Amino acid sequence: MSWVLDAQGLGKRYGRRWALRDCDLQIPAGHVVGLVGPNGAGKTTLLHLAVGLLAPSAGSIAVLDRAPAADAVQLARVGFVAQDTPTYARLSIADHLHFGAQMNPAWDDALARQRIAALDLDQGQRAGSLSGGQRAQLALTLAVAKRPELLVLDEPVASLDPLARREFLQSLMEFVADGDVSVVLSSHLVADLERVCDYVIVLVDSRLQVAGEVDDLLASHRRLVGPRRDPGSLPSGQEVIEESHTDRQSTMLVRCDGPVLDPAWTVEELSLEDIVLAYMGHADSARRARGRQGLEVLS
Amino acid sequence: MIAFSWRQFRTQALIGAAGLVVLGVILLVTGPNLVHVYNSAVAQCRASRGGLGGCVNPVTTDDGKLQTLALALVLIVPVLIGMFWGAPLVARELETGTFRLAWTQSVSRRRWLLVKLGLVGLASAVVGALLSLMVTWWFSPIDKVTANRFSPASFGMHGFVPASYALFAFALGATTGLLFRRTLPAMAVTLAGFIAVRVVVAEWIRPHFMSPVTEAVRLNPNSGWGINQSSGVLSVTANPPDLPNALVVSANLVNKAGRSPSATYLQHACPNLPGPNGPPVVQGAGQGHTAVAPSGQQAFQQCIDTVSAHFHQVVVYQPANRFWAFQAYETLLFVAASAALAGFCVWWVRRRLS
Repeated sequence: MSWVLDAQGLGKRYGRRWALRDCDLQIPAGHVVGLVGPNGAGKTTLLHLAVGLLAPSAGSIAVLDRAPAADAVQLARVGFVAQDTPTYARLSIADHLHFGAQMNPAWDDALARQRIAALDLDQGQRAGSLSGGQRAQLALTLAVAKRPELLVLDEPVASLDPLARREFLQSLMEFVADGDVSVVLSSHLVADLERVCDYVIVLVDSRLQVAGEVDDLLASHRRLVGPRRDPGSLPSGQEVIEESHTDRQSTMLVRCDGPVLDPAWTVEELSLEDIVLAYMGHADSARRARGRQGLEVLS
Repeated sequence: MIAFSWRQFRTQALIGAAGLVVLGVILLVTGPNLVHVYNSAVAQCRASRGGLGGCVNPVTTDDGKLQTLALALVLIVPVLIGMFWGAPLVARELETGTFRLAWTQSVSRRRWLLVKLGLVGLASAVVGALLSLMVTWWFSPIDKVTANRFSPASFGMHGFVPASYALFAFALGATTGLLFRRTLPAMAVTLAGFIAVRVVVAEWIRPHFMSPVTEAVRLNPNSGWGINQSSGVLSVTANPPDLPNALVVSANLVNKAGRSPSATYLQHACPNLPGPNGPPVVQGAGQGHTAVAPSGQQAFQQCIDTVSAHFHQVVVYQPANRFWAFQAYETLLFVAASAALAGFCVWWVRRRLS
């Protein structure tokens, strides 16, 4: 099986702090992958490892079955739009297109020009005078016109207003629709990804929480509401992600292998956002638990 | 890749080229006048005295401000290149985040950096060479008179070393920019580092490129002496012999046993010099000697006659004909240092910035 991204025990450390650790991940080709997590969770680190801007401190990572940025050929296979969509402020849009053409052997000049024309941008305009949305579109143009097999986008819409956000994601989807390309894009907002992704990775606190196809995640997660009950008494195959209890009632978000058969529960289906938020909260409470343990040891 | 590197560098290159053109025009307009001043002074000296010895040529003081400016430019331009072409080369990309764009195109970081370093490095060397060529040409009548192009200050403004200085300053700027990841501190460190390297090379390394020539010279009792008296202790000095365009490392007075005249010896040899209450310094120069009083003058000459009878001068120097060999050595030194810095940059950009 060939993987778009194959990480084994992947970790990146800055001094004593791990920005990403113990990451095992295998993403099959042909997906639009959403990488979700709060700010500082390690999303950028993971993406930079994937495009070869960073080297791992632990474990290994392969992208399209090769080491990231191993050589010019491998670089040509991966397109990248960095956070805040950096461009050369003093150079014009036309200069950027020349840049793309010179730096990439498979450059699709017709596609680039057609995209710039569709955005109604003047090629003589300097990149520094573009709006955030226009700059993001320019960066996306540079990334797609190199005709990559994998397109990686780091928070491409984080700084855009809702309209520009929608337009950006729309043009991204147009590109995905008419080509054989895999996409990984990160965001701290699930809503951005819900529309475009069919595969989700949740990263919290520098650790991978869950990864899988959206349909599988939706099918395997349920909210159970019923009389108060100890989570330990659930059958094996049902893992509690999030729980809350009142005197009489328990609400649990569980991952389950098969259907929930216990008639005491009211079983509700979940949205992707519910599931992602549950995993974020899960990681959060796990961290608090670790913190408490630490305190107890101290006292 | 080369075309894009040129596009990024174009504005800076045009500023540099414009500066060179302006200076070139000024020097071209004023240069012929210097030649004229020199030639007419030489003709005048020949006519009046039948020789050039002792004839003062006004060309050394002509266009004084322009002389200072031209020399200052040869000194300063390399470090300006280091600060404004070298330091931002990588640091600007790191600062603005565009390195994430550049390093994810289908060009390896190594090639990306080598093309940038090669292109702007070549431009730096060319600017240094043209500047040196123009200023060396403009200064040629003055150099004929001053005959000191081997001196520590003048050596670096002649020949092809300025090109290697410019190349080195650029490489130093690029390296510090890469290490500091910020343009401004990199510029400051480049300025300080380049000056330090230039001073160290000029003062401590250059004199050792070749072992100097040592020569014993008879003293001329009639010219170039100085006797100093500080806190009652006497010391005597004699000007080194006239060695045009040579680099004099040292010139010491010694006797047959190889010892310098001690204060005690001078006390005995020159008993009639004015005492501690007299003038502190008695000087002699040129054809005659100046002294404060006739008696002092007499005592001074007497003293020098005694000293020159027993002492001679040992001159250690690099002869004038080694000038171009030294230029070649120093150029090689700076080019090698630049290449080492470039190699370090390539290693760093691949290994450490990831």
